[in-house]
Amino acid sequence: MVGYLLRRFLQAIIVVLGVVLIVFLLSRMIPGGEARAVLGPKATPLTIREFNRVNGLTQPLWVQFWHYLIGLPQLKLGYSYKFTQPVWAVIQHRLPKTLVLVGTSVVLALAIAIPLGVVQVVRKGRASDYALTGVAFVLYAMPAFFLGTLLIIWLSFDARLLPVSPPSDASPFAVWTDPKAFIMPVLTLAALTIAAFSRYMRSSLLDAMAEDYIRTAKAKGASNRRVLYGHALRNALIPIITLLGLSLPGIVSGAVIVESVFNYPGMGLLTVQAAENTDIPIVLGTTLVITVATVIGSLLADILYVLVDPRIRYGGSF
Amino acid sequence: MTSADESRETPAFGVSATEAPVALGFGELVVPEEAATAAEQPAAPEGGEAQTTGGIARQIARVFLEHKLAVVSLAFIVLMILFCWVGPLVYHTQQVNQQAVLLNIENGPPGATGHPLGTTNTGFDVLGRIMYGGQVSLTVGLLSALVATVVGVVYGAIAGFFGRWLDAFLMRVVDIVLSIPALFLLIALVTIFHSSEPLLILVIAGISWLIPARLVRGETLSLRTREYVQAVRAMGGRGPRIIGRHIIPNAIGTIVVFATFQVATSILLLAALGFLGFGVPAPQTDWGTMLSNAVDAAANGWWWEIYPVGICIVLVVVAFNFIGDALRDSLEVRTQRR
Repeated sequence: MVGYLLRRFLQAIIVVLGVVLIVFLLSRMIPGGEARAVLGPKATPLTIREFNRVNGLTQPLWVQFWHYLIGLPQLKLGYSYKFTQPVWAVIQHRLPKTLVLVGTSVVLALAIAIPLGVVQVVRKGRASDYALTGVAFVLYAMPAFFLGTLLIIWLSFDARLLPVSPPSDASPFAVWTDPKAFIMPVLTLAALTIAAFSRYMRSSLLDAMAEDYIRTAKAKGASNRRVLYGHALRNALIPIITLLGLSLPGIVSGAVIVESVFNYPGMGLLTVQAAENTDIPIVLGTTLVITVATVIGSLLADILYVLVDPRIRYGGSF
Repeated sequence: MTSADESRETPAFGVSATEAPVALGFGELVVPEEAATAAEQPAAPEGGEAQTTGGIARQIARVFLEHKLAVVSLAFIVLMILFCWVGPLVYHTQQVNQQAVLLNIENGPPGATGHPLGTTNTGFDVLGRIMYGGQVSLTVGLLSALVATVVGVVYGAIAGFFGRWLDAFLMRVVDIVLSIPALFLLIALVTIFHSSEPLLILVIAGISWLIPARLVRGETLSLRTREYVQAVRAMGGRGPRIIGRHIIPNAIGTIVVFATFQVATSILLLAALGFLGFGVPAPQTDWGTMLSNAVDAAANGWWWEIYPVGICIVLVVVAFNFIGDALRDSLEVRTQRR
């Protein structure tokens, strides 16, 4: 178990270093160079040369990369052209908002998807199974931007039930203090996950029901309820943790859409607005920070997996 | 650890991607069941495929035709392609000159003279614009899926075939790029290199080749230990020949199924980029960009700008998914009823 966790941790570090390298190389690929992007099209060759010298852009690439790398633990992510602030200063207020949005919708998605999957197995082959599968399928095919737009039209413009977007000055935890404004964003982000997770939950539970230990439990006279909830469900939940870890990059991508649709000032909306202004240091900074957050999230999911699955916990290799 | 062991890894670890469910694109989750079965049964019989070409083609067609939804979907895609490319030849509309259409006094809801689906708030005929934007959406979707599949297949086959440190290195690269949330990477690429139709094809392919690379690597790991590959090697066959003539043809089922699903994912990715304002630059348009422009008008009750184009995106994506499902059933020998 310790060996596995160590390997997994090392792998996460390699992934982060690789992402740092990619982001660094992208920052050096700006057409015309960073100087042109910062100083504007009217900059003279002399000022460009001076800018490059002062910012160390005349050094060999690997030296530049080294300086970039050792600056990261001090959160030196570059300097935003438009905000005229260090990138981290802009990002640090946005990151918690995205984390709260993603976290809340993942919890909601699990809370809905798991019972949904169980219901489908219990009622397998009946009308409610087909109905739920159908709903899941529609949600699955629905792009987040279309679903979000429809919700705004139906619930905000037509029914006037919910506000279009959360208040812009809301604290990161306004999701819990002022839930009404967050119903649509959280639901939209959760919708895709609910569809995929309930489908997976259904097949995972069906697989578990076909295992030998279920037959054993039934043979020993356990009730159907006990077999389902005591034996099958507990084992079927384990793969969901893996799915969660693997789905994180996709869910975080979805947050970009949801934040843009509902004008929620998190990392995604920041990235979109910075890209509109070609504020490349911000775009790359958010990409790096959100990727590190995603990698940490996946790592936590894997650690949870190890803690939950006794086959790994007791060091068995299989 | 030998290659055969590797391909038999249990689907327990989140890191082994060939069999675990994979998140694709932005928030779209794909659970590749074909990958799971492929990994669990590396010794499944596949050799028969190449020998009975005529019979197997008929069998594939038969299983595919059994999927009514897939047949309907295929017909729908063909119709959609005709609609987008032949439609404008029959139904002439002005889709390029913004000044010209703004002067039209009949801008407004469906039924206004000469506009069956109404006009956009900037005066373009909606029906004609769906054709015009559909050309871009379908082209980018199909071509980026093609590029992603070709690159991924070659990459995965090389990694799986040569193994050792090269495999370890190539697959780490895949892990790294896959860990970046796709939409962030796409936005960064589009911002740095300035959006255009060919660039969108390349960047969408650029984040989509990772999954086929993993799938094909997994297949290659199990295929390269088969007797017929050993025999070719013993007869002096070199790497490129073995990969091109023996490994890729035997993995073609997995590859085709992936490519079909990828068309749907690519169309969705382009639509997402378009919706965020990073689609093809004006005067061109795509379905996502159209929807994005329509959102401004939605507050004024201009519903006809939202629903037709939104439904087009959803239907095309659903259709490609149905086709992919049916192809999986008909191409994967293992999952077939016999």
